[in-house]
Amino acid sequence: MNPTYDVAVIGGGIVGAAIARLLGGTPLSTVLVEGRDDVGDGTSKANTAILHTGFDAKPGTLESELVARGYHLLGSYASEVGIPVERTGALLVAWTEEQLASLPSLLEKAEKNGYRACRLVDADEVYRRVSALAAGALGALTVPGESIICTWTTNLALATDAVNRGVTLLRGKRVTGVTGGALRFDDGSSVAARWVINAAGLGADKIDELFGYDRFTVTPRRGELFVFDKLARPLVPVIVLPVPSKVGKGVLVSPTIYGNVMLGPTAEDLDDRTATGTSEEGFAFLRTKGAELMPTLLDEEVTASYAGLRAAIDRDDYLISLDEDQRYLLVGGIRSTGLTAGMAIAEHVVSLLSDHLDVSARPGLPPPPRMPNIGEAGVRPYQDAALIAADPAYGQIVCFCERVTRGEIRDAFASPIPPAGLEGLRRRTRAMNGRCQGFYCGAEVQALIENEGETR
Amino acid sequence: MSEHVRVAVVGGGPAGLTAAAALAPQVDGTVLVLERERETGGIPRHSDHPGYGMRDLRRFISGPAYGRHLTERAERAGARLETEAMVTGWAADRALEVTSPRGRRTITADAVVLATGARERPRPARLIPGDRPDGVYTTGQLQQLVHLHHRDVGRRAVVIGAEQVSWSAVLTLREAGCRTVLMTSEYDRPEVYAAFDRPGRLAFRVPVRTRTRVVAIHGRGRVEAVEIEDLRTGRRRRVPCDTVITTADWIPDHELARLGGLRLDPGTRGPRVDATLATSGDGVFAAGNLLHPVDTADVAALDGRHVATAVLAHLRGAPAAPRGVALVADAPLRWIAPQLITPGGPAPARGHLLAWVDSYHRFPTVTAVQDGHAVGHTRLAWPAAPGRVFRIPHALVRRADPAGGPVHLGLK
Ligand SMILES: Cc1cc2nc3c(=O)[nH]c(=O)nc-3n(C[C@H](O)[C@H](O)[C@H](O)COP(=O)(O)OP(=O)(O)OC[C@H]3O[C@@H](n4cnc5c(N)ncnc54)[C@H](O)[C@@H]3O)c2cc1C
Ligand SMILES: Cc1cc2nc3c(=O)[nH]c(=O)nc-3n(C[C@H](O)[C@H](O)[C@H](O)COP(=O)(O)OP(=O)(O)OC[C@H]3O[C@@H](n4cnc5c(N)ncnc54)[C@H](O)[C@@H]3O)c2cc1C
Repeated sequence: MNPTYDVAVIGGGIVGAAIARLLGGTPLSTVLVEGRDDVGDGTSKANTAILHTGFDAKPGTLESELVARGYHLLGSYASEVGIPVERTGALLVAWTEEQLASLPSLLEKAEKNGYRACRLVDADEVYRRVSALAAGALGALTVPGESIICTWTTNLALATDAVNRGVTLLRGKRVTGVTGGALRFDDGSSVAARWVINAAGLGADKIDELFGYDRFTVTPRRGELFVFDKLARPLVPVIVLPVPSKVGKGVLVSPTIYGNVMLGPTAEDLDDRTATGTSEEGFAFLRTKGAELMPTLLDEEVTASYAGLRAAIDRDDYLISLDEDQRYLLVGGIRSTGLTAGMAIAEHVVSLLSDHLDVSARPGLPPPPRMPNIGEAGVRPYQDAALIAADPAYGQIVCFCERVTRGEIRDAFASPIPPAGLEGLRRRTRAMNGRCQGFYCGAEVQALIENEGETR
Repeated sequence: MSEHVRVAVVGGGPAGLTAAAALAPQVDGTVLVLERERETGGIPRHSDHPGYGMRDLRRFISGPAYGRHLTERAERAGARLETEAMVTGWAADRALEVTSPRGRRTITADAVVLATGARERPRPARLIPGDRPDGVYTTGQLQQLVHLHHRDVGRRAVVIGAEQVSWSAVLTLREAGCRTVLMTSEYDRPEVYAAFDRPGRLAFRVPVRTRTRVVAIHGRGRVEAVEIEDLRTGRRRRVPCDTVITTADWIPDHELARLGGLRLDPGTRGPRVDATLATSGDGVFAAGNLLHPVDTADVAALDGRHVATAVLAHLRGAPAAPRGVALVADAPLRWIAPQLITPGGPAPARGHLLAWVDSYHRFPTVTAVQDGHAVGHTRLAWPAAPGRVFRIPHALVRRADPAGGPVHLGLK
């Protein structure tokens, strides 16, 4: 007989993992269910990976509050568990007189959001900071706190922490029905739970319907991105943001935590929630934008392109709501800030539950996990003489472009949440994410995956 | 940990191994080859078909046999070969940061030879949009999967590119039981030598579509089809397949060259060199496909032999800064190597300037113009064709003024 859990969390993205982690710290028994074969395989894997200060949120919204809080929560959790973060800062650059004139109001808005470090700077200062920027910048707003972070490690750390705290993780279990306190999965199995938390991202409206609601529709808003070669990184020392317009945050150029440069995202509303492919139009648009922002960037090689789907809903804020009768809680509409806000969303959710469940801290929690460093700013295993001396597997580089060692691949498979395949391994180690995309190491990595898979 | 050697060769492919074999008997001290793979040999290791060694060994052998032969020769010559040793950066001029299972160390050298080769651009670098299914490989990955790891690939492949290496991919696919249902080339005609092309097409019955590009890849999980566009008519259609090989379209592995601050040539994207293969870095030389993406292995190997002269001169204390007048490739030439030539001075490897063209010329005449004046022209008996190196006798520029401006090379 299966146990009945106190709480089932649907969705192993950043939001669901953060919630499960907090529940794992209470006396409640919790199950985290994910429809795909790995955690962090939805929107949480394909975003622009910026730790937002929340300077540009809509003041007074729940999103504004949770992004600001999440910024600090995730920032300190990152240093605790070793999630790579680089405090690069951002420049929000004005290219037209109209945009220039709007900067002071953005500064005011930032202050309304409780963020007071923004400053206005002139064009000279812009080029002093980013000399490769195209000609024609008129001035900028600085946002010193905007940072880059590893979204993959964030999701994995939260989920690992949850599992270490006793949360049961079920992967490859897509929820297709809810009946009398049980979640039914696509494979015919089911799990019983007293409470259900819906953190299903793009699938949240479908789960909501299973509880009899018809209150929102998720519109997948596709964002396509280019990742440029690491050799381009010196061109982009800080995040370069556009002035936001009605259609969204616009196209940015940013360094990535892995030492590359990112250009994007596009913004395109779709019907198909699985349309994570890239498009000719998207590529053409990115190339045009790139040429406008930083022509020399286009001389560099593109290492990767990808598309993520924002879970946009037809309202201006997160939609978090508790249904006492059905013992059901919805976490919906976490569109373009959920990486940053995830831990604060979890806090908010648990406080909503506190009227109904015992969410007091449980003694004897395990220490937080220590995550492998896959960021470029910290010391990577291949650079660590002492580590290699102690274990030569860290000196055996398998993926040359990203300098991923045999030791790291082995560790990933031995971790509490091992990868289910190549994609998962890429997110845990960066293997095969580099400029050659497998020309040199693809076959070797595939062989390692099969061997490691067999010995487990 | 740190260590000093006389010569450090980065990359144990045909160019690096041949350089080491030429240098080791003549250098008083260690000639060390650093190779990041488990075995030396470079790309030929996994290119398991005959076609190697013609110009350097006067033999016609398979890639793996060629790699082993060059390895043994370098060892016999007294070079030290270290595998699973990757150079990840520079600690200072001629000081290499090296990671291997034996440790992390810095190797300083009196001379460094970069022979890091070239790779094929993978799909993302070619900006082919669509889904991201499995089954899309470069030739390099395909050959390692099949020859080194004995893997299955799919059953129906589309090969992008129709250069020599593309036929190498077709051979490998056939060996793995995968039929090539289509080869595409953006050029007017397939790029390979007619000698390879006709029999190739007949033997493999591979349809080749010229003036065609792949505009999208479709498939969830596994490749299901590609979409191709006829560049003449703009018409598009879907070609069902389960495997896509992106071949050719080379880029040098120039990371170390760039990180070391060497001056690069915008055409080849490799380091800029003179006829002796000296780069802009003092005591730093280069050889092989890093300089000319991409020529055959024997030519890369002969670069390795050629570079030894300048390395030895540098070790004897001669200044080795690159010298000569600059060569500039004018369209339809895309690049030229080496980029500096001293008229009347040392000849480049095999007496050839190497070039790449963007259009086909059956009877090309190459012209050299310096400061507005024609300084040479030569009519060649061999065609200039996209997708393979076009060789130009360096005597073409012998009458250039050593003190004059850049020499522009073009085709007539
Ligand atoms: C292009 C782009 C750029 C972005 N940039 C940033 C940024 O810079 N900074 C930032 O803070 N945020 C950014 N975001 C937003 C951020 O990525 C998301 O808000 C965040 O990842 C949402 O996490 P989530 O857990 O809600 O959703 P997801 O990560 O999508 O997780 C939901 C999970 O639920 C699972 N699921 C769905 N239905 C079911 C079901 N029926 N049964 C079981 N499981 C199910 C899915 O498989 C998925 O794993 C960006 C988003 C995009 C698209
Ligand atoms: C599929 C295919 C088929 C081919 N068929 C033929 C053929 O039939 N006949 C023919 O003549 N030519 C053929 N070629 C071309 C031939 O393989 C190349 O010309 C030749 O390998 C070039 O030699 P190289 O030494 O310049 O570079 P490579 O062979 O690429 O060797 C470079 C070496 O440097 C190492 N390296 C790179 N960076 C580092 C670093 N940082 N630290 C340590 N080591 C490093 C690499 O691991 C590699 O071993 C083919 C090529 C391909 C891809």
